[in-house]
Amino acid sequence: MKKNKLEESFFKILMITSLATVIGSLFLILGTVILRGLPALNVEMFTQIPKGGYYLGKEGGILNAILGSLFLAGGGTILALMVSLPISIYLQIYATRSHLVELIRLSLDVLWGMPSIVYGAFAFTLLLFLGMRASLLGGMITLAFLELPIMTRGMDESIAMVPVTLKESSYALGATRYETAIKVLLRQTAPGLLTSMLLAFGRGIGDAASVLFTAGYTDRLPDSLFGPAASLPLAVFFQLGTPFPAVQDRAYASALVLTLIILVLSLISRSLASRFTKHVVR
Amino acid sequence: MKPKIRIRSLSTWYGNQQALRDINADIPARGITAIIGPSGCGKTTLLRCLNRLLEETDGICVMGRVFLDGTDIYARGIDVTEIRTRVGLLAPKPFPLPMSIYENVAYGRRIHGLDILNKGNGRNLDKIVERYLRAAGLWEEVQGRLDAPASRLSTGQQQRLCLARALAVEPDVLLCDEPTSALDPISAQKIEEQLKTLKDETTIVVVTHLLRQAYRLADYVLFLWMGNLVESGPVAQVFNHPEDERTRAYLSGMIG
Repeated sequence: MKKNKLEESFFKILMITSLATVIGSLFLILGTVILRGLPALNVEMFTQIPKGGYYLGKEGGILNAILGSLFLAGGGTILALMVSLPISIYLQIYATRSHLVELIRLSLDVLWGMPSIVYGAFAFTLLLFLGMRASLLGGMITLAFLELPIMTRGMDESIAMVPVTLKESSYALGATRYETAIKVLLRQTAPGLLTSMLLAFGRGIGDAASVLFTAGYTDRLPDSLFGPAASLPLAVFFQLGTPFPAVQDRAYASALVLTLIILVLSLISRSLASRFTKHVVR
Repeated sequence: MKPKIRIRSLSTWYGNQQALRDINADIPARGITAIIGPSGCGKTTLLRCLNRLLEETDGICVMGRVFLDGTDIYARGIDVTEIRTRVGLLAPKPFPLPMSIYENVAYGRRIHGLDILNKGNGRNLDKIVERYLRAAGLWEEVQGRLDAPASRLSTGQQQRLCLARALAVEPDVLLCDEPTSALDPISAQKIEEQLKTLKDETTIVVVTHLLRQAYRLADYVLFLWMGNLVESGPVAQVFNHPEDERTRAYLSGMIG
């Protein structure tokens, strides 16, 4: 066999192997979660809070963690959105190519890669400084920090995809940058912005380390911004840590609930995005 | 006749590469002025100086003056959005805004609040949108589907929509950058016809690399060569009795 043929088949095998590894591990994880979690899943899990002895294998559910997680990640995503959208519009519309812009992008990329426990520790000191306790609001703020880089860079990239000609069409009609951003770019990039939000939400709802100190954990339903709130990742963590197989299975069931939430949200955002694309110009 | 636009000592640089060299020219009020010349001679650059859109490009430097009705549009304190409202643009490739056909035409009027005074609710704006769609020769084709996304129109229809959109803010000057280069001959002809009907009220500046188009469309011609303005004048004079050797060579197909 010739050298270039050998090369080609070598890289082909390499690519197939890595693809198989990725897909294989995904299915292994999903498979484990479903196989161990599904039998433990029942209506009570969705409708009840942990009762006395829940962590010893007695009855109850994880409604506290489901609601807590939805509130925490939802609030975090809204808070992050209020900062991300202006930043990404600033980066793309107002700032000309400068060292400052590159510095902002670099910092966001570094922040993206930061371990979430660092966000947790940072936000915890911030909460202490503000005189707050571990609370729902504290968790939301922490998750907002965590989600901010992902959301901003996602939005930044999707606005960057807008053809220059489209922006110029609006400028040429005498529109200001603000009018162009709000009336043209937001419509054009709506699907991309939505995807960025979902991506950030996904990271927020799945993160355990950052909410450990900042939102705390409670068996009660989240009823106040200033009280502690439970979350699904921590529910998984605590239940896995018990020595009882029945409770460990519930941990897998909780993980399955988390996966389902993300799946449902992806489906909703996809159908919303397709509605938004009606006017998008290509 | 008093010129609509006077260009004085205009030079531009992309980084350290000079694109326009000390341009001095007058563009007469009303009628069609064509800017001709080979690719890369600075035609589009010159055109985009006239509504200050050029400065949206990174690394650009503009020096000199451009007077619109006697006001220097590069003077300090000039509101650039007002200049762009008075000087409209038709781009080479049509780019509708991501909204309906109706909203595309209404967009400019809405942002400038042109219809706030005569609050005949939506109906007034409906009439205005219709008027400009007619002016662009598109009304008959879209009247039943004004709420449809503009992106569903054909390229030729999109270009006429862009014309309606530009006209709707009532500019004194309309800049056209190779307005038919992306279009089929039939659509191109429609655009040319619309421009001809508009030229009695509006000052139109057309950039084109098609000599035939310049000849049949224009009243005045500016010939650019390598960033220099070589020759300008009424179309018959420049085409039939070019003074400069380069103009003669270009028109006869020897160069460019």
